[in-house]
Amino acid sequence: MNVSLFIACFNDTLFPETGIATVSLLERLGHHVDFPVEQTCCGQIHYNTGYHEEVIPLVKKFVEVFSESEAVVAPSASCVAMIRDYYPKLAVLSGDPALMEQVDQLLPRIFELSQFLVNELGIEDVGAYYPHRVTFHPTCHSTRMLHIGDAPLRLLKHVRGIDLVPLPGADECCGFGGTFAIKNADTSMAMLTDKISSIKSTRAEVCVSADNSCLMHIGGALSRMRSGVKVVHLAEILAST
Amino acid sequence: MSTSKANVPQAFEINARTYLNDTQLRRNLGHATHTIRSKRIKVVEEMTDWEDLREAGRQIKQNVMADLDMYLLQLEESVVKAGGQVHWAQDAADANRIITSLVKQKGECEVVKVKSITTDEIGLNEALAKEGIHALETDLAELIVQMADDEPSHILVPAIHKNRSEIRDLFREKLGIDNLSDNPRELADAARRYLRQKFLRAKVGISGANFAVAETGTVVVVESEGNGRMCTTLPETLITVLGIEKIIPSWQDFEVFMQLLPRSSTAERMNPYNNFWTGTTDGDGPAEFHLVLLDNGRTDVLADEVGRDALHCIRCSACLNVCPVYERVGGHAYHSVYPGPIGAILTPQLRGPGDAAAASLPYASSLCGACYEVCPVKINIPEILVHLRNRGVRYKNQKGLLSWLKPEPLLMKMMVQVFKKRMLFEMAQKMARISQRLFIRRGAISKGPFPLSAWTETRDLKPVARQTFREWWKTRS
Repeated sequence: MNVSLFIACFNDTLFPETGIATVSLLERLGHHVDFPVEQTCCGQIHYNTGYHEEVIPLVKKFVEVFSESEAVVAPSASCVAMIRDYYPKLAVLSGDPALMEQVDQLLPRIFELSQFLVNELGIEDVGAYYPHRVTFHPTCHSTRMLHIGDAPLRLLKHVRGIDLVPLPGADECCGFGGTFAIKNADTSMAMLTDKISSIKSTRAEVCVSADNSCLMHIGGALSRMRSGVKVVHLAEILAST
Repeated sequence: MSTSKANVPQAFEINARTYLNDTQLRRNLGHATHTIRSKRIKVVEEMTDWEDLREAGRQIKQNVMADLDMYLLQLEESVVKAGGQVHWAQDAADANRIITSLVKQKGECEVVKVKSITTDEIGLNEALAKEGIHALETDLAELIVQMADDEPSHILVPAIHKNRSEIRDLFREKLGIDNLSDNPRELADAARRYLRQKFLRAKVGISGANFAVAETGTVVVVESEGNGRMCTTLPETLITVLGIEKIIPSWQDFEVFMQLLPRSSTAERMNPYNNFWTGTTDGDGPAEFHLVLLDNGRTDVLADEVGRDALHCIRCSACLNVCPVYERVGGHAYHSVYPGPIGAILTPQLRGPGDAAAASLPYASSLCGACYEVCPVKINIPEILVHLRNRGVRYKNQKGLLSWLKPEPLLMKMMVQVFKKRMLFEMAQKMARISQRLFIRRGAISKGPFPLSAWTETRDLKPVARQTFREWWKTRS
């Protein structure tokens, strides 16, 4: 299949290793990957902070960039959730019938990585090898907005050498929430502290998830605490051999 | 924290700082919310038609809101036909004036109250006190809050922030019982003895309500203690304050809500005390019944196509119990009788966009979506939160061009301009990589400039990569 990668702006800038892993994984599985270089940001930061009218140009840009793609795959559940749930509303807000049509056509072709592998391609064993003790944090937007269910866990369970340990209180938010982490920094940190305690209680070496945004938050505290626990995106574990 | 400070409405994030530091509060709330959370899951999972019930609840409420004017007139007609009197109150002042004059007409200086959240919304107790009338709360938790000169912090469990040893100390002091232990049964007995004599003396009862049936004029109070039944049956005069959104069309609709409500609120299969009354009945219950229909901002909420779903709320408080923010800061930080996620969407709408403290509430959420998942009438709380954030941004924008010069709108606008052009985005990446050199220590940014400092005060920040993904992609092709 011809897959267009939507990397997401923060992955591009802060976590290139996740994008590189996604490319290597998809190519290993026999797909052709292209990266439309005109892509930038889906507009989630603005939208969730309340700047809606301002995002419309970014919606237009996004649908233009990916208009020819057979499938768009992103290693970021929250960006895909933003596009799936809010692009149609923004298209209506723009009052532009052509944009509404373009968004409608795009939506069935855009997938989060684990959802694409498990539900679209029907693959659970990607032939990965990762000999570490790992705990999985199911991010809020991946489960409650995008409903990817246990797709990441199915993929992780087939990884050779992995010691996958359940995370207590896994479904509780880490406190990231985009600008929430800054506007309500104290409350955000109170939430993160409990998430860190849960992660530490598993004695895992690595905390994995399908969203680098949450991992940036969790990893920020793990690093500040000199905890010795790493955060790694799902794509990187699946790409390891 | 001093009481006076608590009474000054401030932005949520400022209030939160104080409450987050209260160790006892964190422990009490963490324990209480986690207990009720797991109980709820158990009783909801055993219902095979739970999702159908939620959808039915949502549709009934949507139907009511679409024809609210008609249902209100129907309710008035039914109540009057059954021997009750109906009063229309546009705002809190209206409602307080109506109720105060009704109590004064009876020549009473003490009233008993139950289901008080709506009357708390309008500040009825304070209005009555000004006229020399003492309003006694009879819901056990409301009584505790009132005795402590405190504010409710939860819709269903107003004293959730207090544990039993704190309540024991309070009862020892206020009821003068020296040898009281913190055994819940002993505490309940002490309250019962105190309240029973009050119930027997009271001539006027004031209640809120869970539902009112337009078809028959029946008003409903569901409760767990039986104190509500005392309050609504013993006094000669009963005054009920009903938010206009509490109407349901027919008795048949109860079937849905009486399954949804107890499981969502107290995690019970069936609610213990369900009080229904229709007007007045000779020789049985109050001889006089007054229904005060309260708007107080609700029609403004109804006018907002997205925000109006907040009026579907049946006050179960399931969203509070699962909310990671509420769990940590408690209800007082919301400065409203409606705390938690539902409060964060209801309070700013009821108070209007000009209330700065209320305008901070839609930001009191990480948008994790746990509230939407448990809401028995499927209110999409995260979506309304984001909608209200947008309303706030537009409101500030309308106030003048200068508001764009504030750091946040300016930053957001600049970011959109950068993201619109790929070349600008690539330049921004490169510029960030150069300027961050001032802040990187041991491979992380541990002291960032404003506004990132709010992050880096407690968390490290990932720096821009040496080679961005797009730079890597170029080397590849």
